[in-house]
Amino acid sequence: MAQWNRSGYFRSSVSRDVNPDLEAERRTASFSVERLTAVLDGGADNTRTRRAMEAVIHRDPVFSREKQYFQSQNERYEAAVRKAVRLKEKMLQRGWTENRPETKYFYRALGGDVAFNVHRVFKNSILALGTDEQIAKWIPLAEKYHIIGTYAQTELGHGTFLRGLETTATFDTSTQEFTLNTPRISAMKWWPGDLGRSATHAVVFAQLYVKGECYGLHPFIVQIRSLRDHLPAPGVTVGDIGPKMNFEHIDNGYLMLQSVTIPRENMLGRFSQVLPDGTYMKRGSDKINYLTMIVTRVEMLWVEVIPALQKACTIAVRYSVVRRQSKLNPGEAEAKILDYQTQQQKLLPLLATAYALHFMNAYVNKFYSKGYTEIREGNFDSLPELHALTSGLKAIITDYCTAGAEVCLRACGGHGYSALSGLPFLYTKVAASCTYEGDNTVLFLQTARYLVKCLAAVHAGQPTPPSVAYLSLTNSRKCWVRTEADLLKPDIYAEAYRRRASRLLSTAAAKLQALIQSGAEEYVAWNRCTVQLVQAAKAHCQYIIVKNFIDTVEKLTNEAEIQKIMKHLCDLFALHGIFSNTGDFLHDGYISGDQMDLVTASYLDLLAVIRSDAVPLVDAFDFTDENLNSALGSYDGHVYQRLYEWAQKSPTNQQVSQAYESYLKPLFQGALSKL
Amino acid sequence: MVMKLREYGIADPDEIYWFKSSIHRGRPEPLDLHLGMFLPTLLTQATLEQQDRFFMPAWNLEIIGTYAQTEMGHGTHLRGLETTATYDPATQEFILNSPTVTSIKWWPGGLGKTSNYAIVLAQLYTQGQCKGLHAFIVPIRQMGTHEPLPGITVGDIGPKFGYDEMDNGYLKMDNFRIPRENMLMKYAKVEPDGTYVKPLSDKLTYGTMVFIRSLIVGDSARSLCRACTIAIRYSSVRHQSELTPGEPEPQILDYQTQQYKLFPLLATAYAFHCVGAYMKKTYHRITGDINQGNLRELPELHALSAGLKAFTSWTANAGIEECRMACGGHGYSRCSGLPDIYVTFTPSCTYEGENTVMMLQTARFLVKSYTQVSSGQLVSGMVSYLNDLSGQRIQPQQVAARPTAVLINDPASLVEAYKLRASRLVEAAAKNLQAELTRRKSQEDSWNRTSVDLVRASEAHCHYVVVKLFTAQLSEINDAAVHAVMSNLCLLYALYGISKHTGDFLQAGILTNAQVTQVYQRVKELLAAIRPNAVALVDAFDFHDNHLGSVLGRYDGNIYENMFEWAKKSPLNKTEVHESFHKHLKPMQAKL
Repeated sequence: MAQWNRSGYFRSSVSRDVNPDLEAERRTASFSVERLTAVLDGGADNTRTRRAMEAVIHRDPVFSREKQYFQSQNERYEAAVRKAVRLKEKMLQRGWTENRPETKYFYRALGGDVAFNVHRVFKNSILALGTDEQIAKWIPLAEKYHIIGTYAQTELGHGTFLRGLETTATFDTSTQEFTLNTPRISAMKWWPGDLGRSATHAVVFAQLYVKGECYGLHPFIVQIRSLRDHLPAPGVTVGDIGPKMNFEHIDNGYLMLQSVTIPRENMLGRFSQVLPDGTYMKRGSDKINYLTMIVTRVEMLWVEVIPALQKACTIAVRYSVVRRQSKLNPGEAEAKILDYQTQQQKLLPLLATAYALHFMNAYVNKFYSKGYTEIREGNFDSLPELHALTSGLKAIITDYCTAGAEVCLRACGGHGYSALSGLPFLYTKVAASCTYEGDNTVLFLQTARYLVKCLAAVHAGQPTPPSVAYLSLTNSRKCWVRTEADLLKPDIYAEAYRRRASRLLSTAAAKLQALIQSGAEEYVAWNRCTVQLVQAAKAHCQYIIVKNFIDTVEKLTNEAEIQKIMKHLCDLFALHGIFSNTGDFLHDGYISGDQMDLVTASYLDLLAVIRSDAVPLVDAFDFTDENLNSALGSYDGHVYQRLYEWAQKSPTNQQVSQAYESYLKPLFQGALSKL
Repeated sequence: MVMKLREYGIADPDEIYWFKSSIHRGRPEPLDLHLGMFLPTLLTQATLEQQDRFFMPAWNLEIIGTYAQTEMGHGTHLRGLETTATYDPATQEFILNSPTVTSIKWWPGGLGKTSNYAIVLAQLYTQGQCKGLHAFIVPIRQMGTHEPLPGITVGDIGPKFGYDEMDNGYLKMDNFRIPRENMLMKYAKVEPDGTYVKPLSDKLTYGTMVFIRSLIVGDSARSLCRACTIAIRYSSVRHQSELTPGEPEPQILDYQTQQYKLFPLLATAYAFHCVGAYMKKTYHRITGDINQGNLRELPELHALSAGLKAFTSWTANAGIEECRMACGGHGYSRCSGLPDIYVTFTPSCTYEGENTVMMLQTARFLVKSYTQVSSGQLVSGMVSYLNDLSGQRIQPQQVAARPTAVLINDPASLVEAYKLRASRLVEAAAKNLQAELTRRKSQEDSWNRTSVDLVRASEAHCHYVVVKLFTAQLSEINDAAVHAVMSNLCLLYALYGISKHTGDFLQAGILTNAQVTQVYQRVKELLAAIRPNAVALVDAFDFHDNHLGSVLGRYDGNIYENMFEWAKKSPLNKTEVHESFHKHLKPMQAKL
């Protein structure tokens, strides 16, 4: 049998033990996988750095994920804490910093399976919301893990609606302290990661009361466990919220505060402060609390969400060329399941999506870095656009990746259902992203609210920010496509998407306007238009993603082969989107029924084109076997041997089952005499 | 549980189902395959002599058996199974072998740890010839010690998405010998000298498949009903944000977007309930026919059951996840019960026939019927609408002249619209297939290149059948108030389906742009109309809290207190300070 432990890092050396079905796919690649990997990494230097860091992680047995699928919640949690601690040691030894791109690489190598992720959110929130003195006091402690922090915003009864949070922080001028309270059970903090068992401190969001007046939601640093014996601090009730669909390695927790006092200096004060005499002072925008959420939303996309889809595609595509089932032609061997059109139709559009989102993320990061710096300097001009853009993209990207990972899981038949395929783990983990850091429907509506405002600005002849400038373009009446080849022109499909986004927004906005003019209160009218508004926001995001894919492909001019295959993927992504939403494009007659038949034909033809490069395209994501942790998706394609070997490790096979002794044995005894 | 079944004398399959589900909340368990496959296979395929030997010990659970068909490398394509059973006339034994890694039996429930017998499907070799797949009764564990027998390697296949309670297993056989009499020989036989005797018709197995698929359709309905119950009750207890400034936070079920997520699923749950009942009824009716030797309806029912199995399980699968996500973060906690419903249900998209393969089976029947109609023969049953095609030879212009015919408030008229859509997509797929055939030689290749169209056609056909059955159900309701609310659900189901596939209806000229706009509008009006009855409509499913297994879906709605109580039991909460603090964190802090 093949060797199981070969690290993906050394894979560039020619390996002789790759499954021939997989080997054959790689031999016919139309482009250099290594160069595409470099493009994805933003340069060959980055690829080298990344691989070096991944190798360090994979060589260390502490980081091994070999037992992951067999562990209990307790074991998973403990392993994650152990990994976090070891990672800290490694970082100190090697001089790695928490600044990108290193963070990105080791989190990628760990597959997110490490504790204290929210500890980073804790630090980020202090960096974003704290004064310079607060940063100087708390950040070094947090860096050294002398304190472990969490970010406690969501409550048992409240998530989306921040103003509805019930935790209170009341200032007492005589003691110069805030007293924090959880007034009722629905006000318990619920869900924050690292809170249940690990955290010693929390940034707690509470309604600020001074002299009987409520000033709204503010962040406070609260110590919740003793630094000496780790026991809960007086007045603090804290624990784990119990098993979830995944994230068993994280101690998502609850927190109840009963008259817990903290000094005045513990209110994070970059944007608002309470002076010793109780005077409340505010500077900057109300929206500043959103900044931490924006940071987290942007980070989660590249840490957790997009890689999940890329990994799922890697596993499903590799497995689909190793798995053979039924015959395409009588007399021939059973066919690779990827040769079935229905399998291509499931997986290849997802592969195109994985690329589209990777490029979209690169754009968002650039946009965000610029905006973040400006906001920190007190210039809030870009905040609304940044907020709208990241809200909508977070929603659509998590939707895409969650749905996509599930399709990959089901595309692997029965074996996809085995935990050892790695797919249930990927799916259940990414599925959480649709609700954490903002429920997707709510986020789409935030983007929609911004779009409606921008559309009003366009009508009023005012200037609009770049990401919505398209709303002011005039619409052509008919699509002029005549052949399948016409549909492969990016201008054509970009225009179709633009028009659709523009039309859906105008329709929704007009309806909203009409309801208001007919006398409905604005909020009632809004609620009655929300289904349409969500559709408009989605169409907007899809247009942006298609447009960005086109722009990215255009810039790949010095990589002719890669540009060519990326162009195919871009075409596939765009045409699949039209094929899946034909009604939107047919509705106002912009695309005719005959043209839609061309879209279908063109889309199906592209599947066959991309089919031949499918394996090289997933190889280019360059996930190590350790990182995929999948018996179906490993680089060498020895699917069945690996499934068999891994199954042996199952705890049920290592120990005698109590079930036999207690229940089955008595039943079986009766047969001894008769058989 | 089995002890209780015996004690109460419960033997009817339906009664067993309800008894089981009230104990296990519809969860799988190790004896499922024994009761569901091993015993029935003995009954249908064993000779009387074999039944004498095996049935009573199996009934008394001295023998616990499983059904080992799927192999690691082979599922859908039965002819590809590799396990061999070679007859040795010298000893009058079969020699069983798993010749490759891919031939290891993989997945059978109860195989890993529980069973001591298995019915193994293997390629039969006798007198040097392969006679295809046959079933053999194979002892795998020693009576008394429960140790695997020599030549048998057996174990659990490891953790899965769900089904933690079930020891799905693997089985590898090396020159393992069983007596000749252990081949199930009611139909095919091997004589002592090795002579092979062929079985009669194989169409009879269709009946069993239809039955199992009708169970899955019923399961789709029930799983979706449970998920809707949880999500709708929670949505009426959860308050969030504000609709009207200054007023208290509203129930999230008052948000249009929430209604738009949940009410179409509620309507779907009711629709699938009808479909499940219809299939079961039809199965029982046809079983009567089969016993009288009338197999005429069987092929259609078999084809239809494949598509409906796929259609309902795909929809329910996605619907359960919708329900979970509609419950926000709390839906993700296992206390909601929704993750467990999902992971338990989702394999039904794969088992008993992978869904895409199922859709293509239905498509094969549709294309066959279409060809039949084209050659002037009429077809009957659910596909009879294809007969209209021959008369009209649907042309786009002609169809375009029809749109005014569709009345969007009349379920019967919507059934017609769905019918037109199905016939247009079946025709398109059949024509594309024909075009491929004229361009290429191979039948299989052409089929493959048309399969995306074919699946679409099957889906449209199944969708039509569901709308038709749901609409037909309305006329059987006598209570006026119930009729009114069910009519709204039925309309919502039909109109929502149109709104999700407007392209099909527009492109075929079944609806105009203006009508599509009306459909969107009407869907939203129906949401508001259903809102006041939403909780009553899920209460009517009548799931006991124990069966629902959900803190969020409790009948009394006291969710927050009970979530807290539930969380306190988390394994991580056993001690106030977790041991990993002493083991890892503290030493680390000391160093820095």
